[in-house]
Parts: sequence; structure tokens; C-alpha cells
Amino acid sequence: MSTDPMTPADALSTAAEVMPADPLPTPGEPAHDPDLRATGLRLSYDNRVVVAGLDLAVPPGRITAIVGANACGKSTLLRALARLLAPRAGAVQLDGRALQSIPTRELAQRLGILPQSPTAPEGLTVIDLVNRGRSPHQTWWRQWSKADEQAVHEALAATDMTDLADRPVDELSGGQRQRAWIAMAVAQGTPVLLLDEPTTYLDLAHQIDVLDLITDLNRRENRTVVMVLHDLNQACRYADHVVAMKSGRIVAEGTPAEVITEETVESVFDLNCRITLDPVSNTPMVIPMGRHHRDR
Amino acid sequence: MTNPKTADIAGPTNPADPVDTTATAAPAPPPLRTQRTFRLTVPPVSGILRPRLMTVGALLAVGTFLLFCWSLTIGDYPIAFTDVVRALVGSGDPGTVLVVQELRLPRSLVGLLAGIAFGASGGLFQTMTRNPLASPDMIGLTQGAGLFVVAGIVLGWDGGLGTQSLGLLGALASAFVVYVLAWRGGTTGYRIILVGIGVAWICTSATDYLVAKGGRFEAQAATGWLVGNLNGRTWSEVGPLAFALVVLLPASLLLGRLLRTLQLGDDVATGLGTRVQPVRLAILLSGVGLIAFATAAAGPVAFVALAAPQIAQRLARTAWPPTLTSGLTGALMVLGSDLIARTLISGTELPVGIVTGVLGAPILLWLLVRANRAGSGG
Repeated sequence: MSTDPMTPADALSTAAEVMPADPLPTPGEPAHDPDLRATGLRLSYDNRVVVAGLDLAVPPGRITAIVGANACGKSTLLRALARLLAPRAGAVQLDGRALQSIPTRELAQRLGILPQSPTAPEGLTVIDLVNRGRSPHQTWWRQWSKADEQAVHEALAATDMTDLADRPVDELSGGQRQRAWIAMAVAQGTPVLLLDEPTTYLDLAHQIDVLDLITDLNRRENRTVVMVLHDLNQACRYADHVVAMKSGRIVAEGTPAEVITEETVESVFDLNCRITLDPVSNTPMVIPMGRHHRDR
Repeated sequence: MTNPKTADIAGPTNPADPVDTTATAAPAPPPLRTQRTFRLTVPPVSGILRPRLMTVGALLAVGTFLLFCWSLTIGDYPIAFTDVVRALVGSGDPGTVLVVQELRLPRSLVGLLAGIAFGASGGLFQTMTRNPLASPDMIGLTQGAGLFVVAGIVLGWDGGLGTQSLGLLGALASAFVVYVLAWRGGTTGYRIILVGIGVAWICTSATDYLVAKGGRFEAQAATGWLVGNLNGRTWSEVGPLAFALVVLLPASLLLGRLLRTLQLGDDVATGLGTRVQPVRLAILLSGVGLIAFATAAAGPVAFVALAAPQIAQRLARTAWPPTLTSGLTGALMVLGSDLIARTLISGTELPVGIVTGVLGAPILLWLLVRANRAGSGG
């Protein structure tokens, strides 16, 4: 199997030395970065146009966060990047090929998607779920190869789910459940990972836990991550690149400091705010001002 | 929540964990921690063996065979169990061989094969729609078969096709209607169920109208068929059903792998490289084929397609209805019910469909209640 991710031992020992800007090539894989981009993208559900004429180049090897108000088209854009929604016009391309022209299975070896709040069938164990992440690499006669077994165990270790491998997913806590799904996406071994609101329904500690885990995957294994996030402060902390959307258009994109300004937040969310510096991460921190807290 | 590094420190309990090996050599894959699975590797073939599923499957197969032989011993002229087994392979008293092979075997074979088809097809539908209530008798296939057969009986225009072909055509026609009506730039399991329920009620109403309109003799014949009956089955019913199983059962087993991703929802399945629409259509075609041929041969035997997969899943403790085990459970239900139907009241042979519901429902309820008590949901 060509997509052997490096072992967690490799990752742990080297993660400290290697800066994110100088990514490790994954062993056994050509060291080329995935080039995921959308050009002239027009997306609609039936006749309702959600995204009209959008261009986006996803920075390879980085974490990109898509932010915006409800119904601004950010989840729709993510679905299009994951070929779950075919564009009405324009195209999403991976390494120069339109997604719709790449066989689904081949694409599934390069690009993984975790939809918002997926549900596992009752009684499905964590290890069975994670093993299903290997299906793009499996055939009906080869369903548990050495590479599969290794990838599943590494994914379980990377998400700290090894001890829960035999537990049914539906009996886990919300945070554990989300890590089980992320483990499935990790086992899939794709250079690109798309996540739709991976922190939904989690309490604050588990939100941070999941975002830390996603950062680990990016820093250790050089996976390109695109995720839809609701929380601007978390987007600022965890993303290298922020895309702010409003009414199906990109209003601003760039580093958190470039994008998250009082003007952008006001125009994107219709919300007055102050921006200060996050004392922990030195990234912008949004302090919203509602009607009761203006002019103070 | 523990820090990811604690998993590494937990090494001693799991010495083969890859984090303990050096980074230079490819680490040997650790043994699966789970007790319920182990690995089979005959290069390049590999898979996961599930001992409990295999044990349950083997026990069901043995039980099915025993019931099958037992059902052959029953009749106007009782034959000993050992003589039945001998007659099956053609040795022993020629009279016994004739009775077993020509008179009794077709009935038992239709019961066996139809049971397998009902169970396996129910499992396919339930996994595909992600809904344990989805079975061919909920989404209109059985009712379509019933409508065509009753129309043939009551109106008298079967076009020389006979009950069996009419049932087959009816099931296929209603499946086609359901699929087309549920299509809206692709189908979803949910829409198939909703449309199917609608089609089922239309067919049921039309069938009821025909039964009410028909003469007493026709109405009685129609009702007899609608219950599901193994009485008087001949080799002409066995042939098509056996052929359908030979083709469709292996196809269903091969599709099982794709069902495992479809079970996670359409978006996740697509993300994992499954072509959702073609796969769903292929599963639908196999399931419809199985149910159509089985219904044509045995009539719409109640409850088997709904309950057998659920019973099999709970016996095997899997998170999906295992196709083959569901089929064996279905066969056991049909053969067992037919035995009861024939022996309960001496001198009267009840239709098998009356017994399947009475027998299957308590088993399913017991399994559900037991699962709830064990705290693993029902």
C-alpha cells in the first residue's frame, strides 16, 4: 500500500524538531503537496443558488478554516470540495483534474471527508468503524492486509482510542465518538482531510481536544486540513489560513491576523466587536458586543 | 481525556504496539486487541474472521438441515429420519425414495430456499435503507406480487402465465414503480421507504377490492395465496427459485462489503470511495430479485424478511444484519413454522404464513428485551 503513514513513534520524536513550514515527506509517498482548488464555482440546491462564482486555492500542508454566518454557504463549499455536491458551473480540481472526472475510489485514497455529526450503526465497535476507513484501499478478497492493520492501529493510537477499540461507538461520550470518527478518517490515510464543524455538540474541553488532535495530524503527518468552524477565536488559534464567507462569496482570506478584523467581522456577521490579542496564542481574539454592551 | 502520549506509556499492557518499535524497521503489526476478531492471511487473501458469527452461522446451518430432514419425515405415511437421509441420496427402498424425492422434497425445498431468500433480502433492504423496519413487505414488493396474483385469480386473465410468474412480475413491477417515484436526482433509503409504504397501501387497497368483488371460490383461492403457503409445491416452483438463489445470493454476499460503508450514511460512503447510487441500485436489484422469486414460489410469507435479519444480527452480535446468517435464520423460521403448521392440528394443514408471525414475533421481542436489559440498546 502506497499510503503508509509514518508511525506515531516517528511522529512524536520528530514533531518537536520539525517546523510546520518544513513538512516531513510521508515515507513511501512521492513528496508532492496536494493542489486542491476551486475555480468559478457555482453551487446550488435545486434552483436555489448558494455559491456563485467562487475561487479558492487551498494552501497545501496547512490548516484552513472556513468561517461565516449560518447559511453563508460554507458547508456547501466544503461538500463541493469533497465531491459530495457537483458544481453547476466551474470546477473543483485536485492536482489539475476535476473531481468529477476522478474515480470515486481513487479520490478516496487522496481526499477524506468527515461530515457534520455522522451517525454510526448501533453496536458498531470503534475498531470496525476505523477499519471502514480503509475501504478505499481494500478489495473484496483483501480486507485486512498488513497495511490495513497497521494503519488502523496507528489511527487508534494517534487519536488515543486504542483502549476503547472494542467498545461500541454509540456507547461512547460525544468527545470519544468524534475522535473515533476522526480515527476512521486518519486510517483512510489521505493527504487532504476535510471536516465539517468537527466540534459541534462537544463541550469546551472536548472541542479543544479535537482541535489539538487535528493540529497533530497536520503537524506530524503534513496533512492538508480544511474545516468549517463556527468559533472565530478557535479558527484564529488553530488555522494557518482563514476564509471568511458571506452570501456564497469569499469576503476575505489570509492569515488570521489579516482576516479577523473588526471590519470583516462586522461585515460577515453583522456584529460589532473589538479585537484584542489572545494572550495564549498571540492570535486575534474577537470580543463580541451585543446591544447591551455597546458604547462602553 | 488523556493526552495522546499516555497511549505510548501504556506499552506494557500492549507490548506489540507500533509505538514501541524503532522508527527504522517497519514495525510488525500488533495482534488485534479485540477478542472477537482475528486475522486470516493467505496471501494475497486477507479478511477478518468473526468467530461468533461463524459459530452462529454453522449452528443455524446444522439446525436448518435437521429441520429440513425432519420435515421430510412428516406426511400421511411417516418415514424414519435415517430413511429420509438415505432416500435423499437415492438409496434405500424405491417407494420411500419416490415419496421423499418427488412428493415431499419440493415442498421442503421451497420452504428452505424461500426462507433463505426472504431472510437475505430483508437483511439487504434493512442495511441499505439504514432502517430495521425496511423489509419487502413494508415497501410494497409483497403487495405488488399479491395484487398481480389476485388479479389473475379473480379476473381470470393470467395470460397463461400462472400464479408463479404473476407474483414475480408483480413484485418486479412494484419495485420499479417505487424506485422511479423515489428518484429525485438520486435516491435515499428514507425516500424509498416512504414511497414504498404509499405503493404498498395502493396495492393492498386494490387487492382488497378485487377480493371483495370476486366470487366466493376466487376470494378463497386469493386469500389462501395471500397468507403464504407451502402446500402442494412441485419441482416447477423449486426450479426458478433455486436458479435465482444461485445467481443472486453470491451477488448479495459480494455486495456486503459495499453495504458496510453505505451503513455509515451516503456522504461518508462517498467519501470512502463507494459509488452510492449504482451500489444502492445493485443491492435493490438483488434484494428485489430474491424476494420476487421467493414470493412467487411460496406466497408472501409474513414477517420472515423483517424478523430474520434482526434475529440473526442479535445472535451474531454484529452491528449489521449478516446476509448469509439472515438467510439461514429465515430458512429456519419458514421450515420450523411449516412443521408446526402441519402438526399442530392433526388432519389440518395450516398455511405457513399464519405461524411465522406467531412464532417469529416472540423470538424477536425476547431478543430485544434481553438486549435492553444488558444495556446495549434495542
